[in-house]
Amino acid sequence: MRIDRTRVIDAPVSVVWDAVSDPSRYPEIMGFGDWEPRSEKTTGVGARYRLRLQVGSIILGGDVEVVECDDRCELAWHSITGVDQRGRWRLRSTPDGGTRVTLRLAYQAPGGILGLMADYVAAFYVRRILDQALDGVVEHVSRTAYRR
Amino acid sequence: MPSLFNVGAAALRDWAQTRVAKADLDERDPDFIREMLPGAWVMANLYFRAEINGLENIPEDGPVLLVGNHSGGNMTPDTMVFTLAFCAYFGAERPFYQLAHNLVLSMPHLSWLRRFGTVAASPDNARQALDSGAALLVYPGGDYEVHRPTWEGPQVDFDQRKGWIRLALDTGVPIVPVVSIGGQETALFLSRGERLASLLGIDRIFRLKVLPVSVAIPWGLNIGDMLGHWPLPAKLKTEVLPAIDLRERYGSNPDVDAVYDDITASMQKTLDALAAERKLPLIG
Repeated sequence: MRIDRTRVIDAPVSVVWDAVSDPSRYPEIMGFGDWEPRSEKTTGVGARYRLRLQVGSIILGGDVEVVECDDRCELAWHSITGVDQRGRWRLRSTPDGGTRVTLRLAYQAPGGILGLMADYVAAFYVRRILDQALDGVVEHVSRTAYRR
Repeated sequence: MPSLFNVGAAALRDWAQTRVAKADLDERDPDFIREMLPGAWVMANLYFRAEINGLENIPEDGPVLLVGNHSGGNMTPDTMVFTLAFCAYFGAERPFYQLAHNLVLSMPHLSWLRRFGTVAASPDNARQALDSGAALLVYPGGDYEVHRPTWEGPQVDFDQRKGWIRLALDTGVPIVPVVSIGGQETALFLSRGERLASLLGIDRIFRLKVLPVSVAIPWGLNIGDMLGHWPLPAKLKTEVLPAIDLRERYGSNPDVDAVYDDITASMQKTLDALAAERKLPLIG
């Protein structure tokens, strides 16, 4: 199951990148899960975190690792333990100097038909989680009082 | 010359009491658990509308003794939901075992429980699990608690069983109380049937103090609950309380009775608060 949500933010890529490039700040900036650093490296490729996300009734936990960190463009992680999942931030400049920011979460629950059912039921919650995260980024950027 | 009945009863007792003896911790299968979690999540989310709070109170790793109240007859949906929540939160990789009456594990159709980490309840098996560094979930109230009448749902009653306290003291592991509500609304539990159990001698044969009577789907009148039942979709809520280091809180040589009274009182207080939040049975 792959779900992505997009926002266009009236701020340059560099400002938005500042908000999304450090996963340990996601809870504070956008309320997107709980990201506890689990490696000496705390940002960039190779950084690991214990990620906990409330999905419906249950908090899903697992270790993730940042596998892509293309300065000011994309940041991606994938799971090491817990539910198989991969996440990605993608930032692109818009013609008027703003930023199109996309947050994607791809996941797959094991267990055959029950897993498939869980994927579809979870999709409802995951969309809300991603929307909340993006709204948090928008609010954070506007609060940092960026002026173009 | 022993009667045929006595011989049969003795054989039945021996079978029930010895068929699952020493736990084999390797029977727990993290890959199986991982595959079962999504289905259990759907059930917990949509059917029981479960809420579990306080998982962050459980120490992140190492052995820990989780002590809970449980409900819902032999189906104990709160156990399933909590096990799901624990494995989802910490990962199926974290060793986690649950004690159950050995009669439960003797049933061929319930053998899959061992793959979830359910082991026969005995002091040796409990100690073995904790010594291996695992988290262990115990329900001291056992069959006495789980078959209490529905109107006694918001009561913590471990029947003065204190083995869990001695276990925690002997092994030096922290205790984490786990309080749940809602399970006793998943059927209409009428009576534990203690006198009936004593009259029929099943307490001596099966180590069961109860022969419960309930009204449950699909049986209607359900005596014994040996074949289980289909639980009603009652809202389940669980609160995990802060971890307790017994010697730190109660001194180097704590009085077991005082510890029992104190911990069960705090669990009861939490259960009272959960009960006060419930507006209607089943709905929550």
